[in-house]
Amino acid sequence: MKKQADLLFQILSLATLIIALAALGALVYDIFVDGGSRLSLSFLMNTGSRNAEEAGVYHALMGSIWVIALTGLLALPIGVAAAIYLEEYGTRSRLARFIELNIANLAAVPSIIYGLLGLGLFVRLMGMGQSVMAGAATLALLALPVVILSTREALRTVPSSIREGSYALGATKWQTIWNQVLPMALPGVLTGLILALSRAIGETAPLITIGALTYIPFAPDSVWSKFTVLPIQIFNWVSRPQAEFKANAAAGILVLLALLLSMNAIAIIVRDRFQRRGRA
Amino acid sequence: MITTRALEWIIERLLFLCAALSVLTTGGIIFVLAFETYEFLLEVPVIEFLTGTEWTPLFANRHFGVLPLVAGTMLVSVIAMVVALPMGLLAAVYLSEYAPSGFRRVVKPILELLAGVPTVVYGYFALTFVTPLLQSFLPTLSGFNALSPGLVMGLMILPLVSSLSEDAMRAVPNGLREGSYALGATRMQTALKVVVPAAFSGITAAFILAASRAIGETMIVAIAAGQQPRLTGNPFVPIETMTAYIVQVSLGDTPQGTLEYRTIFAVGMLLFIMTFGLNLVSTWLRERFREEYA
Repeated sequence: MKKQADLLFQILSLATLIIALAALGALVYDIFVDGGSRLSLSFLMNTGSRNAEEAGVYHALMGSIWVIALTGLLALPIGVAAAIYLEEYGTRSRLARFIELNIANLAAVPSIIYGLLGLGLFVRLMGMGQSVMAGAATLALLALPVVILSTREALRTVPSSIREGSYALGATKWQTIWNQVLPMALPGVLTGLILALSRAIGETAPLITIGALTYIPFAPDSVWSKFTVLPIQIFNWVSRPQAEFKANAAAGILVLLALLLSMNAIAIIVRDRFQRRGRA
Repeated sequence: MITTRALEWIIERLLFLCAALSVLTTGGIIFVLAFETYEFLLEVPVIEFLTGTEWTPLFANRHFGVLPLVAGTMLVSVIAMVVALPMGLLAAVYLSEYAPSGFRRVVKPILELLAGVPTVVYGYFALTFVTPLLQSFLPTLSGFNALSPGLVMGLMILPLVSSLSEDAMRAVPNGLREGSYALGATRMQTALKVVVPAAFSGITAAFILAASRAIGETMIVAIAAGQQPRLTGNPFVPIETMTAYIVQVSLGDTPQGTLEYRTIFAVGMLLFIMTFGLNLVSTWLRERFREEYA
């Protein structure tokens, strides 16, 4: 009796797992069925159009790439510097504890709130307008907690004997960090950055809130250009009642997922290559 | 020598500034939200905002009672939690207490893919797949409703619940499990009566964080739940959540400085207070748990 109950419970738990995985399968299948046939080279190279069959994602794809590249450029140095401070300098102070707690809480603030911050601070107060720069600055703030947390973890894996060896040779604290600790932690840092960016590239709500929604049929040519991004273009197509636009949305999702997967693949390759070099 | 020392000092300050930027971010959020909310409350009494039952700021006959938006948010979140809590907990129990390590290593990353799917994709899935599927056996279900986005949102936060709960369960010392087995308990009894209670504060922290995620989730509800603020508990009809309202106004061309424009900051402030409160409780619970088994 007890044994049967145990077996039943085990089956029930496994079944929940399978249901969750099946739902993921259904999602991927549904999108392939809806959008697979719309996917073509012209879909990638065309810009927005009133006509669903002629519309493409070029402008939105370029917008996403511009925004994400700039987000990375902003979030990497600041995130790494913050992580170095928390991990190597201020670990014991009460102030550092407070900052840590604050970062943990920021990581769970809804992304749309960052959008309101970006709207009030970057778009209005700093006068950046609805530019690539304002979007990237907003997403960089959103990505920072993740970059900081993953960098700290990477720094923690560097053995303290490396630091002590460097100090013993007369190096200062910063020389030790810059020449010894950071290079060893680099693969972990980059992996964390790419994962943070792959989360940011799917973000829709904060960019809608800062006003990156208008119908922009061209790719950005500078950081001050107005822009749209893939998720917003997808949202725009989903919101239309016609079935042809739904197919476009599904095809756009496939492009977005391909972008996400390639970023994750890059993260894996980076980690792999650096690790091998580290061992050699 | 002095220059090296000065350089070290400067670098440490610079690094500190970068770390302090996170505090400035929190401060910036509170400042921006509070400033516009203050301007909003100069025109709309706070009592009317918090207790009014009609939300029609974009109509000619304007009412600023936020309760319909709060009710919409709560309805979708409760549905999501009803899905994510039991499923996430069972998945966590299986992964932590039953699964062979090889199985766990393969399945856990796949499960976590669910958390990495962009929310706009979930919105598409809810609107074009789950809603029609539900309509086939629930004919009264409207094209926009709370049920379908709630279910899909539950799927989205499931990995959050299962990952954090599993971490909490794996942190329970093996001695407790062995003691339970020695008394003749089965694995189910051990899991449910020993491991889960021992990991209780960690699991609760995971639940609260999931609730906070559900309340703040935007795109799924903006796409699939509709844009009709309604004070109802009926999951079959179109509703509007706080987040979806912010998206709706952002999409339109509401001029800056108007009362309509300020409503999104007032709603945002309420959303921020709710989620930040939940996050603090969750962090506090997790800290407590860590101390118990440190």
